[in-house]
Amino acid sequence: MTRPAEALPTQEMLINMGPQHPSTHGVLRVLLRTDGEVVVNARPDVGYLHRGLEKIGERVTYAQFMPFTDRLDYLAAMNCNCAWAWAVEKLAGIEVPERAEYIRVIVCELNRISSHLIAFGSFTADMGAFTPFLYSIRERERVNDLFEAICGNRLTYNYARIGGVSADLPQGFIEKTKEFLDYFEPKISEYNELISYNKIFVHRLANVAVVSPEDAVGYGLTGPNLRGSGVKFDLRRDEPYSVYPKLEFDVCVGTGERGTLGDCFDRYMVRINEMRQSVRILRQAIAQIPEGPVATKVPRVFKPAAAEAYVRTECPRGETGFYVVSDGTQNPYRLKIRAGSFVTMNIFEKVTKGLMIADIVAVIGSFDIILPEIDR
Amino acid sequence: MEPQVLFDAVKAEFGDAVTDLQSEGFRPPFVVVSPAALPEIARFLRDDPAMKLDSLMCLSGVDYKDRFAVAYHLHSITMRHAIGLKVFLPRENPSLPSVDAVWPAANFMEREAFDLFGIVFEGSKDLRRILLPEDWEGHPLRKDYRYPEFYHGIKV
Repeated sequence: MTRPAEALPTQEMLINMGPQHPSTHGVLRVLLRTDGEVVVNARPDVGYLHRGLEKIGERVTYAQFMPFTDRLDYLAAMNCNCAWAWAVEKLAGIEVPERAEYIRVIVCELNRISSHLIAFGSFTADMGAFTPFLYSIRERERVNDLFEAICGNRLTYNYARIGGVSADLPQGFIEKTKEFLDYFEPKISEYNELISYNKIFVHRLANVAVVSPEDAVGYGLTGPNLRGSGVKFDLRRDEPYSVYPKLEFDVCVGTGERGTLGDCFDRYMVRINEMRQSVRILRQAIAQIPEGPVATKVPRVFKPAAAEAYVRTECPRGETGFYVVSDGTQNPYRLKIRAGSFVTMNIFEKVTKGLMIADIVAVIGSFDIILPEIDR
Repeated sequence: MEPQVLFDAVKAEFGDAVTDLQSEGFRPPFVVVSPAALPEIARFLRDDPAMKLDSLMCLSGVDYKDRFAVAYHLHSITMRHAIGLKVFLPRENPSLPSVDAVWPAANFMEREAFDLFGIVFEGSKDLRRILLPEDWEGHPLRKDYRYPEFYHGIKV
């Protein structure tokens, strides 16, 4: 007896993608339910890198927590350092010397460039183009050199301090930064010529995993992922902190230039354009930076008054917020870390429905997630 | 919108369900509400044209020793104002209604609070442990948590 074709039994298949998989950017496990090559459902399973940073935070002093913020997002450790410093300063009402704030903005923007470079490089490598990755690593090396000159470290910096930064800029740093900017700025156009508008690359990204502006806001996407959906919101401009109000820059948003607004290509392009804006910010900051002290005196036994504060800053992977509850002792009573990548993973299951398996790789790359920030 | 104005508006709408405004030393201030009224208040805060608190920035559990709390940090992308929402819960069987139907972003953060504090979010679309293994015992961020001596029979 023959059966009609639609009655032929096909089986859905469960596949583990990760936790050890080169394109999941770390130890992320995605449980794929597939129908042939089509993903019926992709459920992320996180927590493999959980170190209990929030619990650790309750057992160390405010200053001692600084090196742990390095491990929050190791590709943007400067941004996390400064985010923690800003959070504690707002909690305790500490004024920071202007030079220190300028230094922080300089290192944050340098780190934003290097983080976006990795995002760009690993994303293109995920899409099958390995050469741009080498280009991006080459440029990132120069940022690492600058950081090494500042604080001696190339990955986890532990540079910011509550009340300022640990040391002044070394001699010749401003000139070296200028040199780097002159070298780096033309490279961004080179990336665009090399890969951004490559037909195969665009086909892999355009119209894939479209996030509508409403969903982006509702699901709490932040940073480049939010702006990729066309929502013009950047904490540096809209909730200004530090010396950002004195610096001019544009907020880059997705435009749907190659497909639909909010697709993978838009999120990719926002990062490319943001590197250009970071160069712009850096040029102004190194021109304006005043002389003066780089840290204010904070008591050795630092006990902020009992208070609660939620302070958020714009990190390369979205908004990093610290909700700090102080009970007047040396240690935070409760420390909640809100990380951009963690919240972003929430929308993953929704946007990956009905995509091909290979598109999952594009989605992970376009969200630019980092696992230590998800698992904390 | 100023926190006090916002508080008065919510108070006028929901009366006794809104108990307190924590403002001195709180940044942003918290509107304290009762757990039962949370879904309606959440919906009101999101949809009211004067509030439009469309983005849930952060959801955290807190253990105040005598009781638990869940703190919601809300922000409006269109109106550019922010406010906190706080719900106090008893230590025994802490549970409150979920808000993931109002702000989809809540789901992962509620799972985290469930995982680390054991706070149950009723009506959540998917409430499982998220960061710890599924067979983990206890909730580590509670202040009375005791570190386990064994994990699966292995001394740690």
